[in-house]
Amino acid sequence: MFEDTEIDFMGIRRMAAIISAVLVAVSLLSLAINSLEFGLDFTSGTSVRLSYSETVDVSIVNQVLQANGYEDSVVVSFGSDRDIRILLPVNEDVAIEEQATQAVEVGESISALLRSESGSEIILLGSDYVSAKVGEELAEQGGLGMLVALGIIMVYIAVRFQFKFSVGAVTALAHDLIITLGIFSVFGIEFNLNTLAALLAIIGYSLNDTIVVSDRIRENFRRMRSGSPLEMVNKSLNQTLSRTLITSLTTLLVLFSILLIGGESTQGFAIALIIGVVIGTYSSIYIASNVILYLNVTREDLMIPVKDNADLEGMP
Amino acid sequence: MLNKYPAWKNILILIVVILGFLYSVPNMYPNDEAIQITNESLDINESDLQVVTTALEAAQVEFFGEELSEDSLLLRFDSVEEQLRAKTAVEQALTENYIVALNLAPTTPPWMQAIGAGRMNLGLDLQGGVHFLMEVDMDAAIERRMQDNLGNVRTILREERIRTRGTNLLSNAQLEVRFANQEDRLQARSELIDNFPEIQFQNREVEGVFILDMVLTADVILQIQRDTIQANRTTLLNRVDALGVSEPTVQQQGIDRIVVELPGVQDPAQAIRILQRIATLEFHLEANIGSPRTSYETYEYVNPQGSQMVDVNNDVILQGDRISNVRSSLDQNGLPQVQISLDAQGGNQLNRVTRDNVGNLMDILLIETKSRNVAKLDENGTEVDEVEFYEEKRLISHARINSALGRQFVITGLTSREANDLSLLISSGSLAAPMTIVEQSVIGPTMGRENLDQGIRGVQVAAVLVVLFMLFYYRVFGLAANAALIMNILLIFAVMSSIIPATLTLPGIVGIVLTVGMAVDANVLIFTRIREELRAGIPPQQAIDAGYNRAFTTILDANLTTFLVAAVLFTIGTGPVKGFAVTLMIGIITSMFTAIVGTRALVNLMYGGRNVRTLSIGGIKPAKRAKA
Repeated sequence: MFEDTEIDFMGIRRMAAIISAVLVAVSLLSLAINSLEFGLDFTSGTSVRLSYSETVDVSIVNQVLQANGYEDSVVVSFGSDRDIRILLPVNEDVAIEEQATQAVEVGESISALLRSESGSEIILLGSDYVSAKVGEELAEQGGLGMLVALGIIMVYIAVRFQFKFSVGAVTALAHDLIITLGIFSVFGIEFNLNTLAALLAIIGYSLNDTIVVSDRIRENFRRMRSGSPLEMVNKSLNQTLSRTLITSLTTLLVLFSILLIGGESTQGFAIALIIGVVIGTYSSIYIASNVILYLNVTREDLMIPVKDNADLEGMP
Repeated sequence: MLNKYPAWKNILILIVVILGFLYSVPNMYPNDEAIQITNESLDINESDLQVVTTALEAAQVEFFGEELSEDSLLLRFDSVEEQLRAKTAVEQALTENYIVALNLAPTTPPWMQAIGAGRMNLGLDLQGGVHFLMEVDMDAAIERRMQDNLGNVRTILREERIRTRGTNLLSNAQLEVRFANQEDRLQARSELIDNFPEIQFQNREVEGVFILDMVLTADVILQIQRDTIQANRTTLLNRVDALGVSEPTVQQQGIDRIVVELPGVQDPAQAIRILQRIATLEFHLEANIGSPRTSYETYEYVNPQGSQMVDVNNDVILQGDRISNVRSSLDQNGLPQVQISLDAQGGNQLNRVTRDNVGNLMDILLIETKSRNVAKLDENGTEVDEVEFYEEKRLISHARINSALGRQFVITGLTSREANDLSLLISSGSLAAPMTIVEQSVIGPTMGRENLDQGIRGVQVAAVLVVLFMLFYYRVFGLAANAALIMNILLIFAVMSSIIPATLTLPGIVGIVLTVGMAVDANVLIFTRIREELRAGIPPQQAIDAGYNRAFTTILDANLTTFLVAAVLFTIGTGPVKGFAVTLMIGIITSMFTAIVGTRALVNLMYGGRNVRTLSIGGIKPAKRAKA
């Protein structure tokens, strides 16, 4: 499958660059305007605790709530099979001081609704305003973590390859992350702790892909005596194409089985990763290599210093 | 000979495979639902078992596998429902001093437990449990340090016979000492400055009074905060451990918060009771006869000889957070004693007080914060349970000071059980600062199980699909890759269950899944390389060797960079991010081993050391193969 191909990938590099630039711009714009659909992990919410007189089916409660205007609620059981807890996003227009009162009202209206729908006796154990589980601290940590991680990657690649490759890899990473977040923003997919973990996984995946391609480019530059940088990049991309596609395929196989079988709680994760893998595959072909070419990579950039010395010594 | 591993290498791989299998197998044995019964101060004995058995029989709850050890009783049940009913029944039958905790008991055979093979810890999202976010009251911690300093300043000035016009605490980080004249202040300052290296001194004059301000520097405050949260975390950990909650998590979050997760526990009120059963120690002198009634309090002191009433002076001479180490031991006569070590400042402080008080009595108070459920009426007139906190003070030591005490001293005159309990209480009970619960949540056991089942099914289906694809695409080599993949999953499980006891969470499962997808990447890289070599006309044996060698640098670079990212995430992240990073790191290491060394061993066994004309690696057109 796709071995011995001779596709002129870099022939459409300008086009690819323009498409990527547009996608990144649209993503950033959407993030600025729509922001992200943050899940309850990241936002404050109202927690309503109810106790039923008999065993309660969480999914039925969920249906009732969905049908009555509480689309974003999350229902979980706790303590026993008769107690449930409902989490609702908070109405952001209400002042912080009023949130507690608001929570009480929401609790009462929900328990009244469920009482009339189910016909069983329901006791309202309590309804409170809960602050975000992770909120700013995690956002700060996450942001700092990304910066540190990017820094370390740049240094590592600069040492093992060359600084131009660092720029290529990090550009590809940023590209993948921004567009994935952009898709989340445009389609209003919920962003929670699981999707955050998925974003981190995308970093790993995209980096892996980029390094494999860069590795081939490095090897070809060192081995081949003729050919322009563009030709060599093209050749490297063709040589790694088979591997790039097979790995993407196996990873996507895994992700689709998680999406279809893994249950509700891992769906967000699977969706984020599927988007990330597709974009990551594209970017490892078109972004990292393209950036390297724009930075005028030369054979001298990748020569092994030790070997040069050996050659010099060998001369009479 | 080409493509043959030396025997030691094959044996090494075999050993890793066996170990991987051995340490991942316990995960096949599901835990039993259980309850664990402990007593706050007494050993558990046969009669307790009798009471519990009768209560369970009356409630018609079936149980099995009861285990009675010195300090706890464990009972097993078939289902969560039985377990919950049993807990209610047992709690009603026993007094308040007993703690009945929901627990999970391992069912792995004893020999597996003996070699340390156990089940992987499951996170709250996979097995249900309670989650608390606790906030440490840092202001109180700092104020306590200042209170401590204030007492010290008074002692030093009294000893040096410097007269003051009073000492006051201005804020939690600042105190003032007032003097009548400049000379006294100057002398005091020079005396104090050596004793308080962590404090900034400032002079101030107000209406003819000469004031010396003592302020904690920002650095010191930061240090106090760090020490405090560390100390509180350790204390919580000991508390939770001592009470037999299985696989608890106690983690610091931010500068002043601690996350506590208790898997399997379904009743937050009870968990709060466990966490809040927290004690602090205070050292006092006995009140002088004839001192004013407001300056002391009276406590009952119970010891083997009987009980007596003791008047304890209200001034704290030493706080429990100065204790750095406690252990119970026997003295040279074989009598039980408790050895207490203090930190440097604590030692100085105690020495200063005790050398002036040889022959007097010193008292140690244990202050426990407990909670109880109180029935209250809410605004609708219905009865609701509320948690109420109260302090319980107990005099645990009342002993004569025989000589000036220093950084190390012993408490004698105890029974061995008392010595043991006291050292345990002090080491696990002393909280550096009070804490409040700012958030609590409960994840139901059914929801956790659903997550786990679906996650496992997802991994299974994914693995089958990948295995089929590799077999179809790479034939015999695919077989080697598949063996490596399965081995890889086993190794991840083995490492996570035994070697690095990591907690498996939902993001962790996805981390494993991703490793499944990406682990074959190394083999894909190697196999495409081998195919390339074959197409270039290289003979099979050399092609295998070249394929593995050439692909190695690529795999190393790719995996090392990803590993670096995972390591950064692990250091900086908390909760789910950390869980994901751990599985990713473990997965990278094990997959590199299985995908490179493991498959090579298999390929060598199949093809190595003999004359091979074709390789079953798929995708090579017969015409080209003929050319080679």
